[in-house]
Amino acid sequence: MEHHQSGATHRQGRDGTQFALELPSDLRLIDGAIGYLATRLRDYGYEGSRLTLNFRVGVSEALANAMIYGNGRDPAKKVRVEVDLRLEHVTVVVHDQGNGFDPGSIPDPTLPENLEEPGGRGIFLIRELMDEVDFAGCGNCVRLVLYRHEPLSRAS
Amino acid sequence: MSFRTSKQNGVVVVDVDGQLIVGNRQELKQKVLDELEGGERKFLIDFTNTGYIDSSGLGVLVSLSKKIREQSGELRLANLNEDLRTLFELTKLDTLFNIADSRDAALSAF
Repeated sequence: MEHHQSGATHRQGRDGTQFALELPSDLRLIDGAIGYLATRLRDYGYEGSRLTLNFRVGVSEALANAMIYGNGRDPAKKVRVEVDLRLEHVTVVVHDQGNGFDPGSIPDPTLPENLEEPGGRGIFLIRELMDEVDFAGCGNCVRLVLYRHEPLSRAS
Repeated sequence: MSFRTSKQNGVVVVDVDGQLIVGNRQELKQKVLDELEGGERKFLIDFTNTGYIDSSGLGVLVSLSKKIREQSGELRLANLNEDLRTLFELTKLDTLFNIADSRDAALSAF
């Protein structure tokens, strides 16, 4: 993985903006990063539960997975977050410095026998809350897409 | 982010101010376990001032619920906003927890 300076880089246009964050693998940094990203999304009209539930929880799960399972909580290892924020959808790519994992091997946490398990809900929530999830396309990273409005096929 | 504990009608009430997530879940867990070890058996967690909960936060609630039940105690939850309700429904944890609409309703049901 490439190494970059910590902090944000920006490229902004009329219809969207691209920027990146780089975080040490410190779980205490997740809340601040999510707060910052949510503020940027709010500026583009994202609101309601798409922002406060789907985006915040979905991306926070991806950051936690990258820090815990990808980077083994090693603060020297970084998590890079690339954001392509547009009026209709936002794409977030979370890279870690680990060896990747098989997201298909995780049991369904909503089955009665798994309901009382303390862990195992992170990947499930990412898949439930984001509109597109791709674990395979870029190696040790996950690509998440969320539309500003709920797609009709998923609306209830 | 903080967890405030108080005692009402023999129930330990914990207010979650801010998020309940991977970065602070251990703090909540320790507070409740300390009370459990000290002999308390009735617990209410109030989410009135909670922003969001992640899977680690949910995991801590599941684990606490189990430990409290093992000591013949009871854990109730109250004041989940619409986002939190959705989260509990998605994960089917709404079937595992006793969730009240208000603090008073939860307290009076113990």
